[in-house]
Amino acid sequence: MNQAFKKRGLAGVGVLAVSALVLSGCATAADDSSDGESSTDADSGDSSSSEVVELNLATVNNPQMVDMESLKGEFEAEYPNIKVNFIVMEEGDLRDSVTRDIATSGGQYDIMTIGAYEVPIWGNNGWLADLTDLAGNDAEYDVDDVLEPVRAGLSANDRLYAVPFYGESSFTMYNKEIFEEAGLTMPDRPTWDEVADLAKQIVEGGYADAGICLRGKPGWGDGVAAMHTVAQTFGGAIYDMDWNPTINSPEFVEAIDFYTSLARDYGQDDPVGSSFPECLNNVKNGSSAMWYDATSAAGSLEAADSPVAGKMGYAYAPVKETDQSGWLWSWNLAIPETTEKLDEAWTFLRWATSKEYLELVGNEIGWANVPPGSRASIYENPEYQEAASAFADITVEIMNDVNPSQPGLNPQPWTGIQFVSIPEFQDVGNRLGQDLAPVFAGTATAQEVLDEAAATYVKDAGDAQK
Amino acid sequence: MSKVQAPDKKDAPKVEKIRYDKNGKRVRSLAVPRSLLWPALVAAIVLTQIPFLATVYFSTQRWNLLRPDDRGFAGFDNYAKVFSGSELYSSLEATFVITGTSVLLSLVFGLGLALLLNRTFFGRGVARTLLITPFLVMPAAASLAWKWNLMDANFGLFRWVMNSLGFDAIQWNTDVPIISVILVLVWQFMPFMMLILLAGLQSQDSDILEAAALDGAGKIKIFFLMTIPHLRQYIEIGVLLGTILLLATFDPIFILTGGSGGTKTLPVLLYEKAFIALEVGQAAAYGVITVILTIIFATLLLRTVFRIFSQQGVR
Repeated sequence: MNQAFKKRGLAGVGVLAVSALVLSGCATAADDSSDGESSTDADSGDSSSSEVVELNLATVNNPQMVDMESLKGEFEAEYPNIKVNFIVMEEGDLRDSVTRDIATSGGQYDIMTIGAYEVPIWGNNGWLADLTDLAGNDAEYDVDDVLEPVRAGLSANDRLYAVPFYGESSFTMYNKEIFEEAGLTMPDRPTWDEVADLAKQIVEGGYADAGICLRGKPGWGDGVAAMHTVAQTFGGAIYDMDWNPTINSPEFVEAIDFYTSLARDYGQDDPVGSSFPECLNNVKNGSSAMWYDATSAAGSLEAADSPVAGKMGYAYAPVKETDQSGWLWSWNLAIPETTEKLDEAWTFLRWATSKEYLELVGNEIGWANVPPGSRASIYENPEYQEAASAFADITVEIMNDVNPSQPGLNPQPWTGIQFVSIPEFQDVGNRLGQDLAPVFAGTATAQEVLDEAAATYVKDAGDAQK
Repeated sequence: MSKVQAPDKKDAPKVEKIRYDKNGKRVRSLAVPRSLLWPALVAAIVLTQIPFLATVYFSTQRWNLLRPDDRGFAGFDNYAKVFSGSELYSSLEATFVITGTSVLLSLVFGLGLALLLNRTFFGRGVARTLLITPFLVMPAAASLAWKWNLMDANFGLFRWVMNSLGFDAIQWNTDVPIISVILVLVWQFMPFMMLILLAGLQSQDSDILEAAALDGAGKIKIFFLMTIPHLRQYIEIGVLLGTILLLATFDPIFILTGGSGGTKTLPVLLYEKAFIALEVGQAAAYGVITVILTIIFATLLLRTVFRIFSQQGVR
């Protein structure tokens, strides 16, 4: 998700670039790609069309999947009877396209890339092939190596419906240079009060423009994801065990008040316009001293071209009442129930989410490009440890630490941290984000927005679960 | 035409009938020309009415794409939900504020630019082309350029200008979401109004203006008493087309504010219901209501508003 937000921003730049290319008559790029497609089609047709099975894979345009597409030749060399067509889309288009395809039994795709939010819902609907036995009976695949919280999030009624190729949690990132200059230290496991105090000292001392960068952009996967984890560690929850809205509870309101005023007083400019890409910019150019966001951000901050590479420190997600906070997200591969090529599709899934694949990416593309957060074994690989020394250990610790079954103080009737796994949540989360936007500006209060939400759309969505 | 009678087979079955209307003009049978229209008419009905009927049908269904087991006939439940909720009304308000303000402001600024371009100066062609450009840029690309190059809180040009002048940067999305959307829309539609009004200005007879000047009318008087009445029908068409185009605006709102801060117009709301909430039934109900409201609004606009304009023009 968060990875994808970055994509969304980049996609924006991409649209500009593409339009520029189109304007400058760059027809060659398009020609090249279509030529490539048709020539491979022709090849497969020539060899033995009756034996070769073609798989259509719908996927998201994030770096991990682009790398996978470039490595699919290795797979096809190993399994010459299977050919995989990548249909790469932007996150919003992908979600739209695969949802419609699967909801109407379209059967357009044999493998789908879906987020952690969709897996349990679709699994419960009987839309996805059950992978429990395929994965569990395969000792070599070693499904237990997949990080436990990630695996838990991909199951419904104890059946596994998808396998992850990328996972992330959230944590606190801070600029060690600014902290050193200000004479401050970041605790390894900070509380939100400590973080707010650090942000205050940094801004008042003039060490940086913003003490902390916080997402505020409307969208269930943008600002709401971050605010939801804060509300949970403050002891709030959107619903109680009986699906009654508790979103206007004092704890939830206090959390939103805290978050919005921290953003307003000691945060970056224009919080409602900020999500992952904006904050990444902010932290890279040193105008924000801290950042609470996805663990995958570390890869970008430590990249060779980043001005803050080697200057960043990483700590656990800030907490208040709970022992740990931090969200849990993964991008996964799943097989629609409608496919007639289950065996071949599983063969590809098995390859693409195996230990060997992660090593293949490390050797062929670079150890910093290895998809993080899916398997425990990669964190013991010395080459990966060296490439990701600044954040590898803490990432895997946090990812093993989070509890998607009960992230808050009280039990919840669904599995998942920054989202509620109900079909209505995309709409509820989006409206919540839009309604909370004026709270950042101070033109509405958290109490009145959350009271209204609890009486209307949050209640309606809860009632639909009863 | 109204007197044309249906061909009567009993009277003269095989002779081509020649009939005359009450003024003695020969009336040709319209059967062949009418039958030639049928293919086009059928295509038009298939292309426009069947999707609409399908939408009406979907609007009576209880259907969330993610709940395949819970699908069925819902009667008017979807409509009841739409009217009892607050979303439709706040969205209508947002649509009205954003469309109305954008149309008015682009009309005013477009008129200003048209007046400037309506005089001869060196490089007028270049100036005109440059001024038209915003209208030719794809809305999504324009919105992204505004978002990242101008309004961005880190690197935006506006921030740099404000800081250079010693002011705090404007927090576009947080503090003034509606204004940021309107700004982009006005920037995009100003050239459209300018083109229409410029055509009006150039069709004004310079002799009349000269005569008025000789009679002692000042420039301001000429402008308000002669140019504006002359431009009346151009203003009307500009307002009508501008309103139609702006009502359907989606990209700048989706890209800049994501529908927050009172910018969730009807198209954005429809998109959210259909593609984010995946509520097919409710989205269809919103669609049907939007069509009805648009028809009512367009009729009112055409009949009432323009009658006032015409009466003023007569004076």
